[in-house]
Amino acid sequence: MAEKNSSFSQSDDYASGAGKAASKEEIYREWVDMALLAPLRVAWNDWRTQVGSLIILFYVLMGTVGVALVDPPTEGQGPRLTTAFQDWSVPLGTNNLGESILSATVHATPPMLQMIAAGAVFSTAVATVIGTVSGYKGGAVDRVLTTLTDIAMTIPGLPLIILLAAMFNPTNPAVIGILLTINAWAGLARSIRSQVLSLRDHSYVEASRIMGAPTRRILKDDILPNIMPYVLINFVNSARGVIFGSVGLYYLGLLGGVHENWGIMLDGAYSNGAIYSLKGLHWLTVPMIAIVGISFGLVLFAQGTEKLFNPRIRARHAETVEDTAPYQE
Amino acid sequence: MYIVKRVGQALLTFVAVVSVTFALVRAMPGGPADFIRAKVMRSGGSDEISMSEINSLTETYTNIDPSTPMHVQYFNYVSSVLQGDLGESIWYNKPVAEILIDAAPWTIFLLSVSILLTFGIGIVLGAVMAYLEGTKFDGASTIGSMFLNSVPYYVAAIFMVYIVSIQLGFLPQSGRFDAALQPALTVEFVSSMLRHAVLPIVSLVITGFGGVAITMRGNAIQEIGEDYIRVAHLRGVPGRRIATRYVGRNAILPMYTNFMISIGFMFGGSVILEQIFAYEGLGYYLLDAINSKDYPLMMGGFLLISFAVLVCILVADLTYSKIDPRISDTGSREAY
Repeated sequence: MAEKNSSFSQSDDYASGAGKAASKEEIYREWVDMALLAPLRVAWNDWRTQVGSLIILFYVLMGTVGVALVDPPTEGQGPRLTTAFQDWSVPLGTNNLGESILSATVHATPPMLQMIAAGAVFSTAVATVIGTVSGYKGGAVDRVLTTLTDIAMTIPGLPLIILLAAMFNPTNPAVIGILLTINAWAGLARSIRSQVLSLRDHSYVEASRIMGAPTRRILKDDILPNIMPYVLINFVNSARGVIFGSVGLYYLGLLGGVHENWGIMLDGAYSNGAIYSLKGLHWLTVPMIAIVGISFGLVLFAQGTEKLFNPRIRARHAETVEDTAPYQE
Repeated sequence: MYIVKRVGQALLTFVAVVSVTFALVRAMPGGPADFIRAKVMRSGGSDEISMSEINSLTETYTNIDPSTPMHVQYFNYVSSVLQGDLGESIWYNKPVAEILIDAAPWTIFLLSVSILLTFGIGIVLGAVMAYLEGTKFDGASTIGSMFLNSVPYYVAAIFMVYIVSIQLGFLPQSGRFDAALQPALTVEFVSSMLRHAVLPIVSLVITGFGGVAITMRGNAIQEIGEDYIRVAHLRGVPGRRIATRYVGRNAILPMYTNFMISIGFMFGGSVILEQIFAYEGLGYYLLDAINSKDYPLMMGGFLLISFAVLVCILVADLTYSKIDPRISDTGSREAY
């Protein structure tokens, strides 16, 4: 993994003879450019990133603009169980109550996006904090945090989530998102820890340590920038986990509430016998396509960008990356 | 030493799971005591039921006597769970352990086959893709793997029920075996059992192997590029031996964490999967218990699923240290 840390801005200062430390803003701008923009420019050359981003953009638009364009689902929007592409007032057909499938699908998107955002932010943040601290500190702190991580990783997540959901019946999408990732952070924390283990003994980290920088600053300035790309990719992966989990729970009828959800549509179709006749098939396939579509978009995006950041995959692609990469090994 | 540490950690995890379960029961709004009281009232028992009777009933069902102090409750609960006493199901009026011991082998059978197949297929496919990197086969299987990896297993399950069971009528849609048959070691029964297991297993495997294949491909590509592989080729080591012993082994090792996460994920997924196929395993009873507010069965189901996961992970852990000696040597790093 290429190294970048706050010290590059300091060395720039020495070179230009400015003599004073770079301002926070400069460091920040440089960091954004090196750590985010340049890799994204490189990643954009990969078709998977492009297609993935377009799919994600489509869902975001569906959750924002689409909600305004499409009426919320109500009973009797069209004749019952109209098949898809028959009646253009209900383009994707209707269910057994005459609700438009298109309306239900579109209006399920905003709560879904909220869940994804909340869950992914929560799990990545927890994983990053625990992974970096335990990897860097070592010793007793590491042992305690590693044991905690291993415990969280081995407790089967879905049954625990199901129990919690059945007991507390959350309805707020953000709360549901966090609940769904209640132990999803553990796997990521573990792999972040092993990356930090190889970083902690690098000379520039050691320099910071000898200079007496507090642990918090070393983690923030020296360690975090190096694992940030990896963290961002895993943000996408945990988003996929949230989608799978939330649709599954809604399908089981364990999450109630006022929201539309693709899982509720699936459940309705499956338990109302849509599966036994061709007339109800669209009722089942449209939410399926919606679920698979967004997760395919996320997987493509993650795969397209991963080769930049995953040291194992990057080795073979090194030449193609290095031509355009902002920093050298 | 390593074995002792892993077993110790597994025990610690199990105690943590039991504690979480205990905390959940205590935190439940109303809790089992209220529920049992309501049930006794409804069932037309004496109107004058005393608090102590409720408490003792609650203890029979859940192993928690609400009249004792919290730490005593906790201690009693943990000790009875460790003795295998999971209380009594309110809904089925049978000991929870009895119900779950009947269900557990089915879930374990279903999921261990699925996990092994997922990783077997994924690893082989990933290795082949890595060797054929850049060919049409590689491109097509990478896209295929990514697509299958983005299908949730329950969507695949519903889809397959639709195609294979309902439209084509090839395989049964639900249950563990043909209801007309008695469990016995006959060819007929075993084949019925296998036929019922095919769809659940296929829906887990088909949605799972893609992710494994992609990871394996990445790891293997990196190993193939290493210097020691080139040296092995120059030394005249047979290509097959390089592929299996050198590349294969080193590419599989880093996937160990994925494997552990998959065990937990798949066992957890049994709740949804067994509901779709009405397959009476652990997950089926867990969901059943939640829907009928059968707290003892709910807790027992959760505990047993966690226990199964723990055992699988422990087995994986111990075999892993046999394959990769580095793992048991944790080393001592300086603490900062």
